[in-house]
Amino acid sequence: MTVAVIGASMTTFGQREEWIRELVAQAGEAALEDAGVEPDDVEHLYVSNMASGEFEGQTGIMNVLAHDLGLMPAYSERVDQTSSSGGAGIYEAWQSVASGASDVTLLVGGEKMTHRSTAESTDIIASITHPDEYKHGLTLPSFAGLTARHYLERFDAPRESLAKVAVKNHGNGVDNPHAQFQTEIDVETALDSPIVADPLRLYDFCPITDGSAGLVFTTEEKAEAITDNYAVVSGVAGATDTHVVHERDDPTVMGGVVESADRAYEMAGLGPEDVDVAELHDMFTILEFLQMEGCGFAEHGEAWKQMEEGRTEKDGELPINTSGGLKSKGHPLGASGVAQGYEIYKQLVGEAGPRQVEADTGLACNVGGFGNCVITTVMEAR
Amino acid sequence: MSFDAYVCENGHVTYPGHTLCPDCGEKQTETLDLSDRIGEVVTWTHSTKTPPGVRAPNTLAIVEFDLSAEGLADEYVRAIGQVTTDEVETGDPVEPVYAAELRDPDVGIRVPESQGWDGYRFDPV
Repeated sequence: MTVAVIGASMTTFGQREEWIRELVAQAGEAALEDAGVEPDDVEHLYVSNMASGEFEGQTGIMNVLAHDLGLMPAYSERVDQTSSSGGAGIYEAWQSVASGASDVTLLVGGEKMTHRSTAESTDIIASITHPDEYKHGLTLPSFAGLTARHYLERFDAPRESLAKVAVKNHGNGVDNPHAQFQTEIDVETALDSPIVADPLRLYDFCPITDGSAGLVFTTEEKAEAITDNYAVVSGVAGATDTHVVHERDDPTVMGGVVESADRAYEMAGLGPEDVDVAELHDMFTILEFLQMEGCGFAEHGEAWKQMEEGRTEKDGELPINTSGGLKSKGHPLGASGVAQGYEIYKQLVGEAGPRQVEADTGLACNVGGFGNCVITTVMEAR
Repeated sequence: MSFDAYVCENGHVTYPGHTLCPDCGEKQTETLDLSDRIGEVVTWTHSTKTPPGVRAPNTLAIVEFDLSAEGLADEYVRAIGQVTTDEVETGDPVEPVYAAELRDPDVGIRVPESQGWDGYRFDPV
Protein backbone atom coordinates (compact mmCIF):
# COMPACT_ATOMS: atom_id res chain seq x y z
CA MET A 1 0.00 0.00 0.00
CA THR A 2 1.44 3.40 -0.93
CA VAL A 3 1.69 5.79 2.01
CA ALA A 4 1.09 9.52 1.55
CA VAL A 5 2.04 12.55 3.62
CA ILE A 6 -0.83 15.06 3.64
CA GLY A 7 0.21 17.62 6.23
CA ALA A 8 3.19 18.99 8.13
CA SER A 9 4.05 21.50 10.82
CA MET A 10 6.90 22.80 12.86
CA THR A 11 7.15 25.20 15.78
CA THR A 12 9.77 27.87 15.92
CA PHE A 13 13.05 26.22 16.90
CA GLY A 14 15.28 27.89 19.45
CA GLN A 15 15.15 28.82 23.10
CA ARG A 16 11.47 28.43 23.95
CA GLU A 17 9.57 29.17 27.15
CA GLU A 18 7.24 26.20 26.70
CA TRP A 19 7.97 22.76 28.14
CA ILE A 20 7.82 19.48 26.19
CA ARG A 21 4.07 18.97 26.65
CA GLU A 22 3.19 22.32 25.12
CA LEU A 23 5.75 22.07 22.32
CA VAL A 24 4.47 18.73 21.02
CA ALA A 25 0.86 19.88 21.40
CA GLN A 26 1.55 22.96 19.25
CA ALA A 27 3.13 20.92 16.46
CA GLY A 28 0.52 18.17 16.70
CA GLU A 29 -2.44 20.52 16.49
CA ALA A 30 -0.87 22.44 13.60
CA ALA A 31 -0.09 19.25 11.65
CA LEU A 32 -3.70 18.05 11.91
CA GLU A 33 -4.92 21.46 10.80
CA ASP A 34 -2.49 21.52 7.86
CA ALA A 35 -3.67 18.05 6.80
CA GLY A 36 -7.34 18.91 7.22
CA VAL A 37 -8.08 15.91 9.43
CA GLU A 38 -9.88 15.78 12.76
CA PRO A 39 -8.48 14.33 16.01
CA ASP A 40 -11.09 11.56 15.79
CA ASP A 41 -9.58 10.42 12.46
CA VAL A 42 -6.19 9.60 14.01
CA GLU A 43 -5.76 5.87 14.59
CA HIS A 44 -2.04 5.78 15.48
CA LEU A 45 0.07 8.42 17.22
CA TYR A 46 3.88 8.27 17.36
CA VAL A 47 5.89 10.74 19.42
CA SER A 48 9.61 10.90 18.60
CA ASN A 49 11.57 11.98 21.64
CA MET A 50 14.96 11.00 22.98
CA ALA A 51 15.08 12.09 26.57
CA SER A 52 12.17 14.08 28.01
CA GLY A 53 12.59 12.07 31.21
CA GLU A 54 16.26 12.99 31.54
CA PHE A 55 15.85 16.61 30.42
CA GLU A 56 12.63 17.51 32.18
CA GLY A 57 11.30 14.62 34.27
CA GLN A 58 8.29 14.10 32.00
CA THR A 59 7.96 10.54 30.73
CA GLY A 60 5.15 8.83 28.82
CA ILE A 61 4.98 11.78 26.45
CA MET A 62 2.86 9.90 23.86
CA ASN A 63 0.02 9.56 26.33
CA VAL A 64 0.37 13.20 27.37
CA LEU A 65 -0.08 14.30 23.75
CA ALA A 66 -2.88 11.82 22.97
CA HIS A 67 -4.95 13.31 25.78
CA ASP A 68 -4.10 16.95 25.05
CA LEU A 69 -5.23 16.54 21.42
CA GLY A 70 -8.17 14.28 22.29
CA LEU A 71 -6.90 11.35 20.23
CA MET A 72 -8.22 8.60 22.53
CA PRO A 73 -8.55 5.68 21.92
CA ALA A 74 -5.84 5.89 19.23
CA TYR A 75 -2.82 3.62 19.66
CA SER A 76 0.09 5.70 20.94
CA GLU A 77 3.81 5.05 21.28
CA ARG A 78 6.99 6.97 22.06
CA VAL A 79 9.80 6.41 19.56
CA ASP A 80 13.36 6.73 20.88
CA GLN A 81 16.28 6.18 18.55
CA THR A 82 18.37 9.00 20.09
CA SER A 83 19.07 11.70 17.46
CA SER A 84 17.30 9.70 14.77
CA SER A 85 14.08 9.31 16.75
CA GLY A 86 12.30 11.53 14.22
CA GLY A 87 13.38 9.43 11.25
CA ALA A 88 12.46 6.30 13.17
CA GLY A 89 9.06 7.88 13.74
CA ILE A 90 8.66 8.31 9.97
CA TYR A 91 9.54 4.63 9.58
CA GLU A 92 6.99 3.56 12.21
CA ALA A 93 4.30 5.86 10.85
CA TRP A 94 4.92 4.48 7.37
CA GLN A 95 4.70 0.90 8.72
CA SER A 96 1.44 1.63 10.51
CA VAL A 97 -0.28 2.80 7.32
CA ALA A 98 1.45 0.41 4.89
CA SER A 99 0.45 -2.57 7.02
CA GLY A 100 -3.18 -1.50 7.13
CA ALA A 101 -3.07 -1.12 10.92
CA SER A 102 -3.89 2.60 10.71
CA ASP A 103 -5.67 4.73 8.11
CA VAL A 104 -4.49 8.04 9.55
CA THR A 105 -1.28 8.35 11.60
CA LEU A 106 0.03 11.45 13.36
CA LEU A 107 3.77 11.72 14.01
CA VAL A 108 5.10 14.42 16.29
CA GLY A 109 8.75 14.84 17.27
CA GLY A 110 9.87 17.12 20.05
CA GLU A 111 12.58 17.92 22.58
CA LYS A 112 13.01 20.54 25.32
CA MET A 113 16.71 21.06 26.06
CA THR A 114 17.77 24.68 26.62
CA HIS A 115 16.86 24.84 30.32
CA ARG A 116 19.90 22.60 30.89
CA SER A 117 23.47 23.93 30.81
CA THR A 118 25.64 23.00 27.82
CA ALA A 119 27.63 20.64 30.07
CA GLU A 120 24.46 18.91 31.32
CA SER A 121 22.99 18.57 27.82
CA THR A 122 26.31 17.22 26.53
CA ASP A 123 26.31 14.65 29.35
CA ILE A 124 22.70 13.57 28.72
CA ILE A 125 23.52 13.03 25.04
CA ALA A 126 26.86 11.36 25.85
CA SER A 127 24.98 8.85 28.00
CA ILE A 128 24.32 6.91 24.78
CA THR A 129 28.01 5.87 24.76
CA HIS A 130 29.54 2.57 25.85
CA PRO A 131 30.86 2.55 29.46
CA ASP A 132 34.42 2.31 28.13
CA GLU A 133 33.80 5.47 26.09
CA TYR A 134 31.82 7.30 28.77
CA LYS A 135 34.51 6.87 31.46
CA HIS A 136 37.04 8.66 29.20
CA GLY A 137 34.66 11.61 28.79
CA LEU A 138 33.85 10.93 25.13
CA THR A 139 31.10 13.21 23.83
CA LEU A 140 29.37 13.42 20.46
CA PRO A 141 31.37 16.57 19.54
CA SER A 142 34.62 14.74 20.40
CA PHE A 143 33.72 11.89 18.02
CA ALA A 144 33.17 14.56 15.36
CA GLY A 145 36.60 16.08 16.05
CA LEU A 146 38.32 12.68 15.81
CA THR A 147 36.52 11.90 12.56
CA ALA A 148 37.05 15.33 10.99
CA ARG A 149 40.80 15.23 11.61
CA HIS A 150 41.06 11.78 10.05
CA TYR A 151 38.98 12.88 7.03
CA LEU A 152 40.96 16.08 6.41
CA GLU A 153 44.35 14.36 6.80
CA ARG A 154 43.50 11.31 4.74
CA PHE A 155 41.76 13.03 1.83
CA ASP A 156 43.86 16.19 1.90
CA ALA A 157 40.69 18.26 2.17
CA PRO A 158 41.04 21.94 3.11
CA ARG A 159 39.75 22.99 6.55
CA GLU A 160 37.79 25.75 4.78
CA SER A 161 35.57 23.15 3.10
CA LEU A 162 33.96 22.35 6.47
CA ALA A 163 33.50 26.05 7.21
CA LYS A 164 31.74 26.36 3.86
CA VAL A 165 29.13 23.82 5.01
CA ALA A 166 28.35 26.08 7.96
CA VAL A 167 28.28 29.19 5.76
CA LYS A 168 25.91 27.52 3.26
CA ASN A 169 23.52 26.21 5.90
CA HIS A 170 23.45 29.49 7.83
CA GLY A 171 22.70 31.23 4.53
CA ASN A 172 19.77 28.90 3.90
CA GLY A 173 18.50 29.43 7.45
CA VAL A 174 18.01 33.14 6.74
CA ASP A 175 14.94 32.19 4.68
CA ASN A 176 13.52 29.86 7.35
CA PRO A 177 11.27 31.72 9.80
CA HIS A 178 11.34 28.69 12.12
CA ALA A 179 15.15 28.51 12.33
CA GLN A 180 17.04 29.16 15.56
CA PHE A 181 19.61 31.26 13.66
CA GLN A 182 18.55 33.42 10.73
CA THR A 183 21.85 35.18 10.18
CA GLU A 184 24.54 34.71 7.58
CA ILE A 185 28.10 34.00 8.61
CA ASP A 186 31.33 34.04 6.61
CA VAL A 187 34.20 31.55 6.41
CA GLU A 188 36.46 33.72 8.58
CA THR A 189 33.90 33.85 11.39
CA ALA A 190 33.62 30.06 11.34
CA LEU A 191 37.39 29.54 11.25
CA ASP A 192 38.04 32.08 14.04
CA SER A 193 35.40 30.73 16.44
CA PRO A 194 36.46 28.93 19.64
CA ILE A 195 37.72 25.33 19.46
CA VAL A 196 35.18 22.74 20.64
CA ALA A 197 36.85 19.54 19.42
CA ASP A 198 39.98 20.35 17.43
CA PRO A 199 39.99 20.74 14.37
CA LEU A 200 36.28 21.60 14.75
CA ARG A 201 35.16 24.95 16.13
CA LEU A 202 31.94 26.40 17.47
CA TYR A 203 30.44 27.04 14.02
CA ASP A 204 30.98 23.42 13.02
CA PHE A 205 28.34 22.40 15.58
CA CYS A 206 24.57 22.66 15.76
CA PRO A 207 23.12 24.51 18.75
CA ILE A 208 21.08 23.14 21.67
CA THR A 209 17.44 23.67 20.81
CA ASP A 210 13.80 23.42 21.91
CA GLY A 211 11.18 22.63 19.30
CA SER A 212 8.72 20.27 17.75
CA ALA A 213 7.52 19.18 14.30
CA GLY A 214 4.66 17.06 12.97
CA LEU A 215 3.65 14.99 9.93
CA VAL A 216 0.35 13.34 8.99
CA PHE A 217 0.33 10.06 7.06
CA THR A 218 -2.50 8.23 5.31
CA THR A 219 -3.08 5.86 2.41
CA GLU A 220 -2.67 7.32 -1.08
CA GLU A 221 -6.31 6.42 -1.73
CA LYS A 222 -7.46 8.55 1.21
CA ALA A 223 -4.98 11.29 0.35
CA GLU A 224 -6.50 11.63 -3.13
CA ALA A 225 -9.92 12.10 -1.55
CA ILE A 226 -8.66 14.79 0.85
CA THR A 227 -6.27 16.84 -1.30
CA ASP A 228 -4.73 17.10 -4.74
CA ASN A 229 -1.42 18.24 -3.25
CA TYR A 230 0.42 15.56 -1.33
CA ALA A 231 3.66 13.58 -1.35
CA VAL A 232 4.32 9.86 -1.03
CA VAL A 233 6.93 7.97 0.95
CA SER A 234 8.43 5.89 -1.83
CA GLY A 235 11.34 4.50 0.16
CA VAL A 236 12.23 4.33 3.84
CA ALA A 237 14.79 2.15 5.60
CA GLY A 238 16.84 2.08 8.77
CA ALA A 239 20.13 0.46 9.67
CA THR A 240 22.44 0.12 12.65
CA ASP A 241 26.22 0.44 12.89
CA THR A 242 28.51 -0.41 15.82
CA HIS A 243 27.72 1.09 19.23
CA VAL A 244 31.43 1.54 19.97
CA VAL A 245 32.50 4.11 17.39
CA HIS A 246 36.22 3.21 17.10
CA GLU A 247 35.37 -0.40 16.18
CA ARG A 248 34.36 0.63 12.65
CA ASP A 249 36.91 -0.42 10.04
CA ASP A 250 36.86 2.98 8.33
CA PRO A 251 36.23 6.01 10.57
CA THR A 252 35.09 8.02 7.53
CA VAL A 253 32.27 5.64 6.54
CA MET A 254 28.95 5.54 8.37
CA GLY A 255 27.70 2.05 7.59
CA GLY A 256 24.17 2.89 8.74
CA VAL A 257 23.99 5.73 6.20
CA VAL A 258 25.19 3.51 3.35
CA GLU A 259 22.87 0.61 4.24
CA SER A 260 19.74 2.66 4.92
CA ALA A 261 20.22 4.80 1.79
CA ASP A 262 20.83 1.74 -0.41
CA ARG A 263 17.68 0.08 0.87
CA ALA A 264 15.55 3.21 0.64
CA TYR A 265 16.68 3.73 -2.97
CA GLU A 266 15.95 0.09 -3.78
CA MET A 267 12.46 0.31 -2.30
CA ALA A 268 11.77 3.51 -4.24
CA GLY A 269 13.25 2.16 -7.46
CA LEU A 270 15.41 5.29 -7.58
CA GLY A 271 19.05 6.21 -7.19
CA PRO A 272 21.06 9.18 -5.93
CA GLU A 273 20.97 10.74 -9.41
CA ASP A 274 17.17 11.05 -9.10
CA VAL A 275 17.26 13.15 -5.91
CA ASP A 276 16.43 16.85 -6.44
CA VAL A 277 16.75 18.08 -2.85
CA ALA A 278 18.12 16.56 0.35
CA GLU A 279 18.09 17.19 4.07
CA LEU A 280 21.17 15.72 5.75
CA HIS A 281 21.89 15.45 9.47
CA ASP A 282 24.55 18.18 9.82
CA MET A 283 24.77 17.98 13.61
CA PHE A 284 28.47 18.59 12.85
CA THR A 285 29.71 19.97 9.51
CA ILE A 286 31.78 16.82 8.87
CA LEU A 287 28.58 14.73 8.95
CA GLU A 288 27.28 16.48 5.82
CA PHE A 289 30.31 15.12 3.92
CA LEU A 290 29.96 11.60 5.34
CA GLN A 291 26.26 11.51 4.39
CA MET A 292 26.81 13.00 0.92
CA GLU A 293 29.21 10.11 0.34
CA GLY A 294 27.08 7.47 2.08
CA CYS A 295 23.96 8.51 0.16
CA GLY A 296 25.82 8.34 -3.15
CA PHE A 297 25.93 12.07 -3.91
CA ALA A 298 29.75 12.02 -3.92
CA GLU A 299 32.57 9.48 -4.16
CA HIS A 300 34.25 8.46 -0.90
CA GLY A 301 36.60 11.22 0.21
CA GLU A 302 35.40 13.72 -2.39
CA ALA A 303 32.29 15.40 -0.95
CA TRP A 304 34.40 18.41 0.09
CA LYS A 305 35.10 19.19 -3.56
CA GLN A 306 31.42 19.98 -4.11
CA MET A 307 31.72 22.84 -1.60
CA GLU A 308 34.26 24.45 -3.94
CA GLU A 309 31.90 23.94 -6.91
CA GLY A 310 28.74 25.13 -5.14
CA ARG A 311 26.83 22.03 -6.24
CA THR A 312 24.90 21.79 -2.94
CA GLU A 313 23.94 25.47 -2.72
CA LYS A 314 20.24 26.35 -2.97
CA ASP A 315 20.70 27.29 -6.63
CA GLY A 316 23.05 24.37 -7.30
CA GLU A 317 22.45 21.04 -8.98
CA LEU A 318 21.60 19.29 -5.68
CA PRO A 319 20.48 21.67 -2.93
CA ILE A 320 21.33 20.22 0.49
CA ASN A 321 19.73 21.50 3.69
CA THR A 322 17.53 24.21 2.20
CA SER A 323 15.96 24.46 5.68
CA GLY A 324 19.27 25.62 7.11
CA GLY A 325 19.96 22.12 8.39
CA LEU A 326 20.47 21.27 12.02
CA LYS A 327 23.34 23.77 11.87
CA SER A 328 21.18 26.89 11.69
CA LYS A 329 17.65 25.58 12.17
CA GLY A 330 18.66 23.90 15.45
CA HIS A 331 18.58 20.33 16.71
CA PRO A 332 15.84 19.47 19.18
CA LEU A 333 16.85 15.80 19.16
CA GLY A 334 13.55 13.95 18.69
CA ALA A 335 12.12 16.69 16.45
CA SER A 336 14.98 16.87 13.94
CA GLY A 337 14.09 13.88 11.76
CA VAL A 338 10.46 14.99 11.62
CA ALA A 339 11.56 18.52 10.72
CA GLN A 340 13.67 17.08 7.89
CA GLY A 341 10.47 15.40 6.67
CA TYR A 342 8.65 18.74 7.02
CA GLU A 343 11.17 20.48 4.76
CA ILE A 344 11.15 17.76 2.10
CA TYR A 345 7.34 17.63 2.13
CA LYS A 346 7.06 21.43 1.80
CA GLN A 347 9.57 21.40 -1.07
CA LEU A 348 7.66 18.64 -2.88
CA VAL A 349 4.22 20.26 -2.53
CA GLY A 350 5.59 23.67 -3.47
CA GLU A 351 5.01 25.37 -0.11
CA ALA A 352 8.62 26.14 0.86
CA GLY A 353 8.25 29.88 0.25
CA PRO A 354 11.57 31.69 -0.24
CA ARG A 355 13.41 28.38 0.19
CA GLN A 356 11.54 26.74 -2.71
CA VAL A 357 13.60 24.79 -5.23
CA GLU A 358 12.43 22.72 -8.19
CA ALA A 359 11.96 19.22 -6.80
CA ASP A 360 9.98 16.07 -7.54
CA THR A 361 12.07 13.74 -5.40
CA GLY A 362 13.56 14.47 -1.99
CA LEU A 363 15.71 12.56 0.50
CA ALA A 364 16.10 12.91 4.25
CA CYS A 365 18.91 11.20 6.18
CA ASN A 366 18.54 11.23 9.96
CA VAL A 367 21.52 10.07 12.01
CA GLY A 368 21.30 8.75 15.58
CA GLY A 369 24.26 8.72 17.93
CA PHE A 370 27.44 9.07 15.90
CA GLY A 371 26.02 7.06 13.01
CA ASN A 372 24.88 4.32 15.41
CA CYS A 373 21.36 4.21 13.95
CA VAL A 374 20.31 5.85 10.68
CA ILE A 375 17.00 6.26 8.86
CA THR A 376 16.85 7.36 5.23
CA THR A 377 13.56 8.41 3.66
CA VAL A 378 12.83 9.08 -0.02
CA MET A 379 9.68 11.07 -0.81
CA GLU A 380 8.15 11.96 -4.17
CA ALA A 381 5.70 14.62 -5.28
CA ARG A 382 2.37 13.53 -6.71
CA MET B 1 44.91 -4.48 36.13
CA SER B 2 45.07 -5.36 32.46
CA PHE B 3 43.90 -3.66 29.26
CA ASP B 4 41.98 -6.49 27.71
CA ALA B 5 40.91 -6.94 24.12
CA TYR B 6 38.66 -9.95 23.52
CA VAL B 7 39.22 -12.79 21.10
CA CYS B 8 36.65 -15.24 19.73
CA GLU B 9 37.42 -18.79 18.65
CA ASN B 10 37.74 -17.64 15.03
CA GLY B 11 40.46 -15.14 15.94
CA HIS B 12 38.43 -11.92 15.65
CA VAL B 13 39.54 -9.29 18.15
CA THR B 14 37.54 -6.44 19.69
CA TYR B 15 38.09 -3.78 22.30
CA PRO B 16 35.94 -3.61 24.38
CA GLY B 17 34.44 -7.10 24.52
CA HIS B 18 30.94 -8.11 23.46
CA THR B 19 28.60 -10.94 24.41
CA LEU B 20 29.01 -12.44 20.94
CA CYS B 21 31.67 -11.65 18.33
CA PRO B 22 30.34 -8.89 16.01
CA ASP B 23 32.08 -10.53 13.04
CA CYS B 24 30.97 -14.16 13.35
CA GLY B 25 28.56 -14.49 16.29
CA GLU B 26 30.75 -16.92 18.25
CA LYS B 27 31.52 -16.41 21.93
CA GLN B 28 34.63 -14.46 22.83
CA THR B 29 36.70 -16.98 24.78
CA GLU B 30 40.11 -15.37 25.33
CA THR B 31 41.63 -12.01 26.22
CA LEU B 32 44.66 -10.24 24.88
CA ASP B 33 46.34 -7.74 27.21
CA LEU B 34 47.26 -4.51 25.42
CA SER B 35 48.82 -2.79 28.46
CA ASP B 36 52.44 -3.65 27.57
CA ARG B 37 52.13 -2.92 23.85
CA ILE B 38 52.93 0.17 21.81
CA GLY B 39 50.06 1.51 19.68
CA GLU B 40 49.89 4.17 16.99
CA VAL B 41 47.62 7.24 17.00
CA VAL B 42 45.06 7.04 14.17
CA THR B 43 43.42 10.39 14.99
CA TRP B 44 43.03 12.70 17.97
CA THR B 45 41.15 15.75 19.27
CA HIS B 46 41.20 18.33 22.04
CA SER B 47 37.69 18.26 23.48
CA THR B 48 37.08 21.56 25.28
CA LYS B 49 33.32 21.54 26.06
CA THR B 50 33.44 18.62 28.43
CA PRO B 51 30.61 17.22 30.59
CA PRO B 52 30.55 17.43 34.41
CA GLY B 53 33.44 15.58 36.03
CA VAL B 54 35.62 15.48 32.90
CA ARG B 55 38.94 17.34 32.61
CA ALA B 56 39.15 20.22 30.12
CA PRO B 57 40.65 20.17 27.65
CA ASN B 58 40.22 16.43 27.30
CA THR B 59 42.69 15.19 24.70
CA LEU B 60 41.45 11.95 23.20
CA ALA B 61 42.85 9.55 20.62
CA ILE B 62 41.94 6.46 18.64
CA VAL B 63 44.94 4.13 18.84
CA GLU B 64 45.70 1.09 16.70
CA PHE B 65 47.59 -1.93 18.04
CA ASP B 66 49.32 -4.11 15.44
CA LEU B 67 48.43 -7.80 15.89
CA SER B 68 49.90 -9.07 12.63
CA ALA B 69 52.44 -11.26 14.48
CA GLU B 70 49.75 -12.98 16.57
CA GLY B 71 48.44 -15.38 13.93
CA LEU B 72 44.86 -14.21 14.50
CA ALA B 73 42.19 -13.47 11.90
CA ASP B 74 42.36 -9.73 12.69
CA GLU B 75 45.59 -7.87 11.91
CA TYR B 76 44.94 -5.05 14.37
CA VAL B 77 42.62 -3.85 17.11
CA ARG B 78 41.79 -0.25 17.96
CA ALA B 79 41.02 1.41 21.28
CA ILE B 80 39.92 4.89 22.29
CA GLY B 81 40.84 6.93 25.31
CA GLN B 82 42.41 9.92 26.98
CA VAL B 83 45.94 11.05 26.16
CA THR B 84 48.32 11.97 29.01
CA THR B 85 49.38 15.22 27.31
CA ASP B 86 47.85 17.79 24.97
CA GLU B 87 50.84 17.39 22.64
CA VAL B 88 50.07 14.52 20.31
CA GLU B 89 50.06 13.96 16.54
CA THR B 90 48.64 11.40 14.17
CA GLY B 91 51.10 8.51 13.76
CA ASP B 92 52.70 8.99 17.19
CA PRO B 93 53.63 5.79 19.03
CA VAL B 94 51.94 5.66 22.44
CA GLU B 95 51.91 3.31 25.41
CA PRO B 96 49.01 2.66 27.80
CA VAL B 97 49.38 4.11 31.30
CA TYR B 98 47.00 3.13 34.09
CA ALA B 99 44.77 5.77 35.72
CA ALA B 100 42.67 4.93 38.78
CA GLU B 101 39.90 7.41 37.94
CA LEU B 102 39.44 8.84 34.45
CA ARG B 103 36.58 11.18 35.41
CA ASP B 104 34.63 12.01 38.57
CA PRO B 105 31.95 9.30 38.74
CA ASP B 106 29.75 11.24 41.15
CA VAL B 107 28.72 14.26 39.07
CA GLY B 108 27.65 12.79 35.69
CA ILE B 109 24.30 11.36 34.65
CA ARG B 110 25.41 7.72 34.79
CA VAL B 111 24.93 5.76 38.03
CA PRO B 112 28.47 5.43 39.47
CA GLU B 113 28.02 1.79 40.50
CA SER B 114 26.93 0.77 36.98
CA GLN B 115 30.41 0.74 35.48
CA GLY B 116 34.14 1.04 36.13
CA TRP B 117 35.97 4.39 36.10
CA ASP B 118 39.60 3.33 35.95
CA GLY B 119 41.43 2.52 32.73
CA TYR B 120 44.34 3.37 30.49
CA ARG B 121 45.48 6.69 29.08
CA PHE B 122 47.82 6.86 26.10
CA ASP B 123 51.28 8.30 26.70
CA PRO B 124 53.44 9.31 23.72
CA VAL B 125 56.63 7.22 23.72
